[in-house]
Amino acid sequence: MLGTQKEQELYRRMVQRHAPRPKYLRNAVLAFLGGGAVSLVGQAVMTGIVSLGMTPKDAAIPTAAVMVFIGALLTGWGIYDEFGRYAGMGAALPITGFANSIVSPSLEFKREGYVLGMSAKMFSVAGPVIVYGLVTAFFASLVRVLLVGP
Amino acid sequence: MRGKRKGRQTWTFSCVEVLAGAAIAGPKEGRGPLGDRFDIVKDDELMGMRSWEQAEMCLMEEAVRLAVLKAGLRPEQVDFMLAGDLLNQIICCNFTARNLSLPFLGLFAACATFAEALALGSLIIEGGFGGAVLTASCSHNKTAERQYRYPVEQNVQRAPTAHWTVTASGAVLLGLTGGRVRVTHATIGEVVDLGVKNPNDMGSAMAPAAAKTISAHFADTGRSPRDYDLVVTGDLGEFGTALVRELLFEEGIDIMDRLADCGLMIFDEKQDAHAGGSGAGCSASVFAGHLLRELEAGRLNRILLVGTGALFSPTSYQQGESIPCVAHACAVERLEGGKS
Repeated sequence: MLGTQKEQELYRRMVQRHAPRPKYLRNAVLAFLGGGAVSLVGQAVMTGIVSLGMTPKDAAIPTAAVMVFIGALLTGWGIYDEFGRYAGMGAALPITGFANSIVSPSLEFKREGYVLGMSAKMFSVAGPVIVYGLVTAFFASLVRVLLVGP
Repeated sequence: MRGKRKGRQTWTFSCVEVLAGAAIAGPKEGRGPLGDRFDIVKDDELMGMRSWEQAEMCLMEEAVRLAVLKAGLRPEQVDFMLAGDLLNQIICCNFTARNLSLPFLGLFAACATFAEALALGSLIIEGGFGGAVLTASCSHNKTAERQYRYPVEQNVQRAPTAHWTVTASGAVLLGLTGGRVRVTHATIGEVVDLGVKNPNDMGSAMAPAAAKTISAHFADTGRSPRDYDLVVTGDLGEFGTALVRELLFEEGIDIMDRLADCGLMIFDEKQDAHAGGSGAGCSASVFAGHLLRELEAGRLNRILLVGTGALFSPTSYQQGESIPCVAHACAVERLEGGKS
């Protein structure tokens, strides 16, 4: 039985009446603290690299590499998803979350082989991030070129 | 032609007995409230295997073999095996049936598979087409996550309405004589779809199908909630259970305190399972491990097991389709001293 429009609408209202609410405030606070903690580690790494004699501008790239390494390592140890359960977007948004999104599917599909499993699935979650990141970067640059000139 | 059919969609059985049941559970389920009711609790989700899928097959095969052993039979004395799981092409059951060399029918009704197997197994016994029929189903949290949701190590915050697929299997051997519990009715459910599209909220998708099958069962048999000690749904969770209660009330059925849910029985609130347990192994293991024992011990006299299944695939929901659901009900009661 496929419900009619009216039946579906009535049911949607009933569902809304009973639906448990996500804990928005708790989630937001945890995301703020979690994301802040990752950023704090990132800042410490960067300060450390700068103290070795790099300029802050040059230090950005090795800092990102170190953070990606940490994210990947914690994913492999099975810690990052536990952190993400509480920190939510605070764990997903930093570059450590991006590392997690690449490592977790490739770990998951290792049993299907190194070619069709591990490497093919590596970008199943991160692929769209890269695609839309590039598309957004292209249009942002276009707007800049049109407004400010090359 | 009416014969053994009652009403529109209910079969009645007079000689189907449950010879034995066996339930195997994973570590998280073992730590839950029903931990001591399962025959075997695994302390490792991988169970010494090389993949999650092999681990799930191991769950299925052990439950099936144990059920046969508990009935005092050898696998080759079983006439037919009816089983299903959640994975593509129901591989766990197909591979188990290969290892057991049994005449086999593979079933899929998502989490309602166990109830479907019980209903069809009873049909075979009642019809005289077999004297010992195995019915079983299983699920594994990690294989289900992999197929339906996200990689295990991916950081994902689960919705409060999301279920936790249980790592468990349940098998029941049906036969003609020698049991203490019998299957008396099976109500075959209609596929119901009220437009719910969210795969993280299967409770509200499945509730209308469950309510429809429960009310059809009462209409067909002339029974009411009073005739049952428990009406146990498969995996609706708290939210879905509240919806079933209200949907039934709208149809003039007051289910009172008789309504329970296998998904809510298997985990407690502290286990972070959100809406509760789900999966083809949920109702199977709770029935074979817990409910069957309660019936045999006389703490329950008669129950209605209502398996609830969401019949969607990752393809269908990614393409924006709503989630059709089905529920099948089996009435099971104690043989001596029962209410009948």
